[in-house]
Amino acid sequence: MRRSPLLVASAIAVYLFLYVPLAVVVVFSFNDSKLSAEWVGFTTSWYAKLVRNDEMLKAATNSLVIAVVAAAAATVLGTMAGIAMHRYKSRLLPFMVLTPIAMPEILLGVSLLIFFITTFGEESLSLLTVIVAHTTFCIGFVAIIVRARLAGMDESIFEAARDLGATPWQTFRLVTLPLITPGVIAGALMAFTLSIDDFVITFFTAGAGVPTLPLTIYTMVKVAVTPEVNALSTLLMLLTLTLIVVAGKIAPDAIGGKG
Amino acid sequence: MAQLEIRNVTRRFGDFVAVDDVSFEIKSGEFFTLLGPSGCGKTTLLRMIAGFDLPDRGSIVLDGVDLKDTPAERRPIHTVFQSYALFPHMTVEQNVAFPLRMAGKDDATIRSTTRAALEQVKLDDKGGRYPHELSGGQKQRVALARGLVNRPRLLLLDEPLGALDAKLREQMQLELIRLQKDVGVTFVFVTHAQAEALALSHRIAVMNHGRIEQLDEPSRLYGFPKTRFVADFIGNVNMLDATVASTGATLSLALGKLGTIAAPAKEGAQPGQQGVYVIRPEQVSIRAAADAAPEPNQFEGRVYDFLYIGDVTTYIVDLADGHRIEALLANSLPGRARFFDVGDRVRVSWKAEAGAFLDA
Ligand SMILES: Nc1ncnc2c1ncn2[C@@H]1O[C@H](COP(=O)(O)OP(=O)(O)OP(=O)(O)O)[C@@H](O)[C@H]1O
Ligand SMILES: [Mg+2]
Repeated sequence: MRRSPLLVASAIAVYLFLYVPLAVVVVFSFNDSKLSAEWVGFTTSWYAKLVRNDEMLKAATNSLVIAVVAAAAATVLGTMAGIAMHRYKSRLLPFMVLTPIAMPEILLGVSLLIFFITTFGEESLSLLTVIVAHTTFCIGFVAIIVRARLAGMDESIFEAARDLGATPWQTFRLVTLPLITPGVIAGALMAFTLSIDDFVITFFTAGAGVPTLPLTIYTMVKVAVTPEVNALSTLLMLLTLTLIVVAGKIAPDAIGGKG
Repeated sequence: MAQLEIRNVTRRFGDFVAVDDVSFEIKSGEFFTLLGPSGCGKTTLLRMIAGFDLPDRGSIVLDGVDLKDTPAERRPIHTVFQSYALFPHMTVEQNVAFPLRMAGKDDATIRSTTRAALEQVKLDDKGGRYPHELSGGQKQRVALARGLVNRPRLLLLDEPLGALDAKLREQMQLELIRLQKDVGVTFVFVTHAQAEALALSHRIAVMNHGRIEQLDEPSRLYGFPKTRFVADFIGNVNMLDATVASTGATLSLALGKLGTIAAPAKEGAQPGQQGVYVIRPEQVSIRAAADAAPEPNQFEGRVYDFLYIGDVTTYIVDLADGHRIEALLANSLPGRARFFDVGDRVRVSWKAEAGAFLDA
């Protein structure tokens, strides 16, 4: 099929609109100037400065701990939810699992905040509450990916396992789990990515003592967009991008693209 | 000795009765076939035997033991699925070894038994392959080997040849017969292909709307169908409306204005009873109208059309009074595709002991 020039032009325009701001951030993270206004010269000093910044390191540690624990919890729960959604064709279950994805983040953030404060008190806001909050909204994503993986599979494979003498547990361990593993890993990476750059929900559930990377960037930007912020953003972008590419490689049917 | 007994089994889905009060027995070592059109309840019945589904009423008894409390994994019954259902993440060898592993056999036994099973289906050189690296016929053979390797009491096969092309299908049919003979395991085979059922089975149960219409040996099903449905479903058949004129050693049937014919006696037939007379095309002879036929049942007609199939040609003959009948003639003269042409005047005839009178 021949593509119309108009279509090509508008596609290019959309891509520029999407990626030019990101490119600017990356470029200026290497700019040898305190002000992000014009290009002076190439430097990696901002990155060096970044790793010597204690506040920043603490935030990074927090973010990593939250992302790893929340992703792990969401992966276990989301996998179970995905299998359940596939097996029991209930209409309520997908609704309950997927609502946190569809709901505006701010709503989820506020309601979680109210929940934590009213149930456990003001001082309960901590690393733990952030982890719980992140787990909540990550479960749905893992569940969708695992279910997509199962949906593409011949149902009789699982019946065949039982037919040939496997107990339900053996069927899960020897057949179901190995077959959904790519989906599970992709889901885990997805959950990690979502958690590490989440701002809104973290903002509401973190309280004062738990700065994460996105929260710290926000605080820094309020003062000025320094090259240091650009450097940090670039690193985060790189991490996110890597994880998404890896997830897409492992489970192409689950993460958009060609299936 | 009955190995499997199906006793008054009924399965409903809502208001719909998928399997309706079905009873039959299968003998040990038998190649038994469930034959019927799509949606008649074959798979539903098979799933209840395998243990994936439970009957609403009735019981399934294997070797004298009611299976109602035995889950699928503990029934000595294995299934070959239409989609093969091979485990995609396991090699051919691991697939075939799976039932043995589940049965807790030791490694040495598993290895030797798996090897023997793969040899039996001529796949001993493909043990290291994954299912997606196999052809349809090879997958089919892996599924068979996997189903048989642990010597189940019963092997269920749900349209296992459905996905194969005609040539391969025929080849697999022969292999199935050989395999069943070799291992001696009872086969319960499901198909909607009547020719396949006739070729493979010791006995066939013809199902329709969740019920068994007739259970018989292939030659008896074909030769002596008991119901109109069976006559129509198995093979080709001519069907003529008929009324019983008189009963006795042979049945005299009135075929409307066409006249009367002699037919085999039928138990319980009463003069005046309406029904259908069925006769197979290959039992109807066809010759030029001028030639005398030795058979008592004969009519003159005109060739309406013919169908050349290669080995035989089917002639469709218009008789008087709007009746139409098909006659089969072998093309026994080389190079000759037909003996009559459209519009030719011909004489069709058949023996008094051919065909049958059935309830409408
Ligand atoms: N789980 C179910 N829920 C509702 N209806 C069902 C269910 N399973 C089967 N049926 C219905 O029961 C009938 C018999 O189905 P079954 O699968 O046994 O047919 P079949 O003889 O195997 O047909 P085919 O040759 O097409 O495989 C069908 O009308 C089907 O729609
Ligand atoms: Mg079926």
